[in-house]
Amino acid sequence: MTRFLLKRLGLALVTLVLLSVIVFAVSSVLPGNVGRAVLGPFATQESVDALNEQLGTDRPVVTQYVDWAGRLLRGDLGTSLSKQVPAWDLLGPALVRSLKLAAIAFLICVPISILGGIVAGLRYGRPADKAITIAGLSLAAMPEFVSGIVLILVFSIWLRWLPVTAQWDEGAGFLTQVEHLVLPGLTLTLVLFGYIARITRAGMVEALDSDYARTAFLKGLPPSLVIRRHVLRNALLPTIAVVAVQIGYLVGGLVVVEVLFNYQGVGSLIYEAARQKDLPLLTAGVLVVGVTYLLVTLVADVLYALLNPRIRLAGAE
Amino acid sequence: MSAAESTAGAEARTARLERLRLLARSPTVVAGALIVLFWTVCALVPGLVAPHDPIFDNQFETNSRPTWEHPFGTDTNGRDILSRVLAGSRNVLTIAPAATLLGTVLGTLMGLVTGYFRGLVDDVAGRAIDAVMSLPLIVTAILIVTAIGTSGTWVVVVIIGLIFSPVVSRTVRAAVLAETELDYVQAARLRGERAPYIMFAEILPNVMSPVVVEFTVRLGYAIFTVASLTFIGFGVAPPSPDWAAQINQYYTFVDPYWWMTLFPALAIASLVVAVNLVADGIREAYER
Repeated sequence: MTRFLLKRLGLALVTLVLLSVIVFAVSSVLPGNVGRAVLGPFATQESVDALNEQLGTDRPVVTQYVDWAGRLLRGDLGTSLSKQVPAWDLLGPALVRSLKLAAIAFLICVPISILGGIVAGLRYGRPADKAITIAGLSLAAMPEFVSGIVLILVFSIWLRWLPVTAQWDEGAGFLTQVEHLVLPGLTLTLVLFGYIARITRAGMVEALDSDYARTAFLKGLPPSLVIRRHVLRNALLPTIAVVAVQIGYLVGGLVVVEVLFNYQGVGSLIYEAARQKDLPLLTAGVLVVGVTYLLVTLVADVLYALLNPRIRLAGAE
Repeated sequence: MSAAESTAGAEARTARLERLRLLARSPTVVAGALIVLFWTVCALVPGLVAPHDPIFDNQFETNSRPTWEHPFGTDTNGRDILSRVLAGSRNVLTIAPAATLLGTVLGTLMGLVTGYFRGLVDDVAGRAIDAVMSLPLIVTAILIVTAIGTSGTWVVVVIIGLIFSPVVSRTVRAAVLAETELDYVQAARLRGERAPYIMFAEILPNVMSPVVVEFTVRLGYAIFTVASLTFIGFGVAPPSPDWAAQINQYYTFVDPYWWMTLFPALAIASLVVAVNLVADGIREAYER
């Protein structure tokens, strides 16, 4: 178990370093001249040079990377060009808001998707299974702004049940916040439904087909008991891993949903930063998204190992 | 050509025919293919089915609700929305297939190399792929578009193709790993064939099924990505009508002008569902 943890942690660290190299390469090397990229073709050469000096982008690439990575390690994500404040001052609160939205989406999505997967698995090969599978596949590839627009039309404009935007007024209570987050959460749910339902379904089919399930049926246990005690316990294990990976998506995939619902999370911050060519803030935002994803998948892998005795006990003998 | 080789060829042909027959018999695949065909024709021959010109016929009453004359209503410039929706598939149907093709070709190359050589190349590539995949597609695309400071049809094609290639390479690599264990690869090695020959002439034909499946599945996600990028304004800014651009333009007026966004949204939805129906059928036919 300890070996598994150490190995998993090591892999995550290597991936993290590579992520920083890739993000750095794209944001600092790809533009060629960062100052020119930020200020545009009509800026004077002096102002471009001045900005390059201010950002330190006139130095050799390797020096820049080492310096940048060193500051990252000390928790300095850089300074936003457009707002002239430390990037983290903007990203921190935005991350909290994004996590709130992710949490709501998660609470709506997981029960519905798992239920869908269970139904599909029990009705394997029948019309209900086909319908759930095809709906899940299509929804997973449906752009969020398309399903979001349809949800806004139905629930906010025709039925008038829910607000159009996700942004609540200053000082709104908990329930009001939740009310604003239901529609964007539902939009994200539609995208995730297919993945989670498909894995649950596969787990169900495999568990139903197993010897222990057949034995349980044959010894005369009521079907509901077999499904609850024998099938579900084994079928839901792989689901946990997938669900966790999707939280990573929830934090990073929010750009379109946050823009559509006008919600001030990490996604819309990245969007704003890109619109204003605020490369330092954009780079910091992208890194925050990547690190969040890596952290969540790391926690998920560990959780999965803890729940799965086959991994938990491996190496114990 | 030896007798054994021609029998193998005949068998492969029979298998292909069998798959096609299976596909043609599935109602969902046929329905999906017809919808894709419809939008492709609309993209190739503008004005074939549209009642009005999507850009220049702007003499109609503005902001009209759907009526008999304009079944999808008119927009703020007095243009017929039905005609604009019928003309709006072109960008997506140019960029998405081109990007998917690029991603599949690059990914197949990467998968062949990493799966065949394994060792250090494979380890390094594997971690780099993990790193790229820890960023959502849209976020990576926004970062690249901002860094190079410009966007356009080919920029978007290259970006999406590049981001897709690691995902494709994972699938191909897994298939290649299984193949390299087989006798025919060993035989080719012992014959003294060189690595490129073994990879492309021996292994590649045998891993084509996952490559085809991966292509059709990726195509659905390419449409997703192209549309999303256009919606947030980082894709192509077209002079011609485009579904995602129309939604971007009108979603803030969705109350009360719902028809301006609903119909382009339904058009995207129909294309996405259609592509997935075909992709699902192809996956089933190949994975039997």
